[in-house]
Amino acid sequence: MTRVAERPSAEGETKVSGKKTAARATAESMAAKQRDISVSEFFAKNRHLLGFDNPRKALLTTVKEAVDNSLDACEEAGILPDITVVIEDLQPDRGREVKQSRYRITVVDNGPGIVRKQVENVFGRLLFGSKFHRLKMSRGQQGIGISAAGMYGLITTGKPMLIQTRPRADQPAHHIELAMNTKTNRAEVTVDEETEDFPLARLKGLTAGTRELAQRGEFLAAGAYPTGTSVTVELEGRYQKGRGSVDEFLELTAIANPHARITFVPPSRESAAEDETLLAGAGRGRGSADETPGVTAEPESPAQTTETGGVVVFPRGVAELPPETKEIQPHPKGIELGILIQMLKDYEAAEKGGTLYKFLQERFCRVSSSTASEFCQTIKATARTKVSDLEPAQAEALFRAFQEAKLAPPPTDCLAPIGVRQLLAGMLKGVKAEFYAASSREPEVYRGRPFQIEAAIAFGGDLPKDESARVIRFANRVPLLFQQSACSSFKSVTETNWRNYDLQQPRESLPVGPLVIMIHMASVWVPFTSESKEAIADYDEVRKEMKLALMECGRKLGTYLKKRAKMKREAERRDVFQKYIGEISKALSAINGSDASRLYEALLAQAKKRTAIADQRLDDEGKRIKDEDPADQDGVIIVAPTPAEGPAGVPPGGMPGGVLSKAEAARLKVASLAKDDEPALLDVRETPRAGRGKAKAGDPPSSKSKPEASGPAHGAKPRMRLVDGKLVRVDEPGLF
Amino acid sequence: MAKKTSGSGGGSGAGGAGGAGGGMTARIKERDARTRGKIVELADRISTSALSMREPKIEIPIRAKSNTIWDRKRRVLRMGDASSERELFNLSQAKQFMQTCLHSSSIKDLIEAEKTLSLRGMFYKGLHTVAGTKEKTFADQDESDAVLEDLEVSLGALREELHIFAKKKGTMIGNITIVDTGDEIDCRRMGSGGYAIPSIVEPDVIQFKKCDAKFVLHVEKDTVWGRFNEDKFWQKHNCILTEGGGQPSRGVRRLLQRLNTELGLPIYCLLDCDPWGHYIFSVIKQGSISLAFESNRLAIPEAKFVGVRSKDYAECGLSDDVQIALNDNDTKRAKEIAAYPWFVEHKGWQKEIDLMLKNGFKMEVESLITKDISYVTETYVPQRLRAKDWLD
Repeated sequence: MTRVAERPSAEGETKVSGKKTAARATAESMAAKQRDISVSEFFAKNRHLLGFDNPRKALLTTVKEAVDNSLDACEEAGILPDITVVIEDLQPDRGREVKQSRYRITVVDNGPGIVRKQVENVFGRLLFGSKFHRLKMSRGQQGIGISAAGMYGLITTGKPMLIQTRPRADQPAHHIELAMNTKTNRAEVTVDEETEDFPLARLKGLTAGTRELAQRGEFLAAGAYPTGTSVTVELEGRYQKGRGSVDEFLELTAIANPHARITFVPPSRESAAEDETLLAGAGRGRGSADETPGVTAEPESPAQTTETGGVVVFPRGVAELPPETKEIQPHPKGIELGILIQMLKDYEAAEKGGTLYKFLQERFCRVSSSTASEFCQTIKATARTKVSDLEPAQAEALFRAFQEAKLAPPPTDCLAPIGVRQLLAGMLKGVKAEFYAASSREPEVYRGRPFQIEAAIAFGGDLPKDESARVIRFANRVPLLFQQSACSSFKSVTETNWRNYDLQQPRESLPVGPLVIMIHMASVWVPFTSESKEAIADYDEVRKEMKLALMECGRKLGTYLKKRAKMKREAERRDVFQKYIGEISKALSAINGSDASRLYEALLAQAKKRTAIADQRLDDEGKRIKDEDPADQDGVIIVAPTPAEGPAGVPPGGMPGGVLSKAEAARLKVASLAKDDEPALLDVRETPRAGRGKAKAGDPPSSKSKPEASGPAHGAKPRMRLVDGKLVRVDEPGLF
Repeated sequence: MAKKTSGSGGGSGAGGAGGAGGGMTARIKERDARTRGKIVELADRISTSALSMREPKIEIPIRAKSNTIWDRKRRVLRMGDASSERELFNLSQAKQFMQTCLHSSSIKDLIEAEKTLSLRGMFYKGLHTVAGTKEKTFADQDESDAVLEDLEVSLGALREELHIFAKKKGTMIGNITIVDTGDEIDCRRMGSGGYAIPSIVEPDVIQFKKCDAKFVLHVEKDTVWGRFNEDKFWQKHNCILTEGGGQPSRGVRRLLQRLNTELGLPIYCLLDCDPWGHYIFSVIKQGSISLAFESNRLAIPEAKFVGVRSKDYAECGLSDDVQIALNDNDTKRAKEIAAYPWFVEHKGWQKEIDLMLKNGFKMEVESLITKDISYVTETYVPQRLRAKDWLD
């Protein structure tokens, strides 16, 4: 609770002093006005602090909070998340010039559900939650989000929040409508009944796309939700694609959460024409029906985003949940004096008569019995000194002792990084590029809190060439969409010298080129700059790790680019030779009557031999892979080099067929990165593609040799090599 | 591969002063068969390398100053033994390699069809778009000409043996009757235009029939030549008058050389007093660097330089107006020429160039016209010839 005294300002007093008998405030009258401000009330007035600054952001924040909650709940319950986001435009016939509209947002998950008596608390109170008081890596931290969204909806439309939840598979779902009383910070339930209509059958008939998917059992199929929760909020908002949009958020969420399947039904129309597709992701689907994955727990499909009648499906890329994270006690070096005093009080309250010696060991991590007694000695207490007997000065001395003590850093098994392989899988799914690299740093500590930085980059391909690199930021797998320049990760990107890696970079700004940079911070407590969780605060330790991770990726890219340039030069050389070989063969044949085609073949063979470097396969460091030692290192995927312009080159931009085979080849490589201790990647399966039948017939033999994968790709490392600018799999029978 | 520099081809031409007729045709047939053989041999070497996975190469003698030898005894420039290899698998040579093959094939066609083509015609014969690209086989005629010169030295065959001729350049008039491909031409009756000297003047094309002239006066350009012709200089002094349009072509040089060696006529040159004029004389006298392999056929070690001389400004009392200041390039060039081994040892030339540099200006032959319209034809040249005042 925030206590704010409302007092007339001193300035005000002097100004009115000229007037006689003006109602001067007395201590009593002031006291009458002084009262508690409910947190809800405070945030209703300061909604920007929570990310509801404007209608567009309000829409996004609502989706974001609901999705974050769903993912957290699913993971904690050990369920592979299957999340459906539906946005309905309730005023589809509004005039063109109307900038905003009323929307109904529904987010359905297959999580564990919420027991009936907690529904009001979870959805109807601010600052209620399970996540604030603990040090555990999760998406939500404060317990504000979804309630604030409901409150915003209530303020703008007067409509209550609709919650459906089924915590037990054998019982009907609860259907609850609740409105929050901002004064009391309590929910007022208006409807409370049981229902079998979960998930809402109404949603299936919304659009042509949903009908089509539902018919195939791929959209809100009843069987897929034994438990789960559905939240519906109506609010005034504005739907627009582009940067900071719901589309972008979901797309990035899909990148950072390859284990989740996310379905998105966007509203029928955008609020204003502001067309800007950032990642080629949303809406890029090939619209082919047979590619949409099933909803079962083990879907089999290539992890490519698809679109059916406007419904975007981000399929699951890996079939296993991230490892469960442990909750940890605070580290002595990570707390402040006030917190220490509060912890002492809390301990006293919990353990009547508990000793300091025990308190230190139980409420902190990395404090052994011997360190605990050392601390006791330092502040002139004994092992039997009770917490309640501590003098304030002693508490302060203890705090100082904490700072000076030599302690092991906090345990790091509380962190669940995305992992190099999943980072690559996510990037590959969401960004069409030519080169991918990822790196995962070892855990580090800031203010006594463990954290871990991961970075990934995607380069080339279809990415815009002349623009600043795009930075996508994540904290605990949640995309951060706003306040980029205030974010530590952004600073770490601009402070990294990308020129070292053959990229352009104006002074103190982002590198320029076809580049997407992803940074992820995993921590038990991500230091956000504000409650709206938009930027990571700039701790030196954090920024240093980010830069190191970026440099690692950058080095790989730099080596690749150098090598690629060389390969390109060689390919160009070969083109020159090849160009003239035909003429030479013909001329020689005309002179001495030798067989022109034999000459041509012989000369061509020589040309290839002499420019052999153009055929070389590159390893992760960009070094040549020797044929006898295909020791692929982790962390890099190369889809294909830019085809050299020339008679033998691939058409610029790539034909659909070429792109697909590249992408498939790259997925094979991701699959090949699988390690025993990591979750297995989904099987890669040759998927028939509608409308590609014709192209198939004329395909080069290389694509025919694509694997008909049916079994897991454990330990298999498909060998790729570049042939005539295309990535071709070197076939090894028995691989699959 | 012909490692010899200029041997066989040149010899065959120079020897044949004899008449036309059946012997000639047979000789031509034999010569063509030899040339054709050389081309097939070149192609065989390339295809053998290709099929045995060795790098195809064409050996080409180097036509550069570094590979030019000053033959002190014979006082001509000779080509040295150094040669370079034109490689297919070399980015900067691949295209030329292809062009060499194309032209070899074209030449074989010409020989078999018993036809000749101009340099420009050869450019067009080889010109087409490289299969599968938008690139032309030859960007311009210069590329084609260079490849043909390479082929000449590489095959050790002269241009005419390759059935190629250059465009006509140079004019002749005077007391001589020649036979050009069977047509008798009386060079005394050539009006104001004169006889255009063809590119190929070998004995099988041109034979000397009747010559009364006692010497040849070669002037730099046709304007001066016109002056001499109008004044009937060749009639008065019983000589042959030629001009080469600046740097004389191979045809002009070969004709002068034949007049000199076969008919024993002395060659006198009237050229500008500038580095360009000096260089023209140098080429006529001892041959050029790029055609050093043909010096046997082209160089005239006995040629004489009658003017214009640096001293003439003072000696003839020319006005200031005829001075053309030497620019930096001229000075540089003059010093280069003075340093040529065949000039270095020649005191007269050292003095001549020194004086020009000291004067700081150059003079054209036409500058003598400031004295009188016919000063050069009636006074200057006759005086110099009488006084034997020339540089050799």
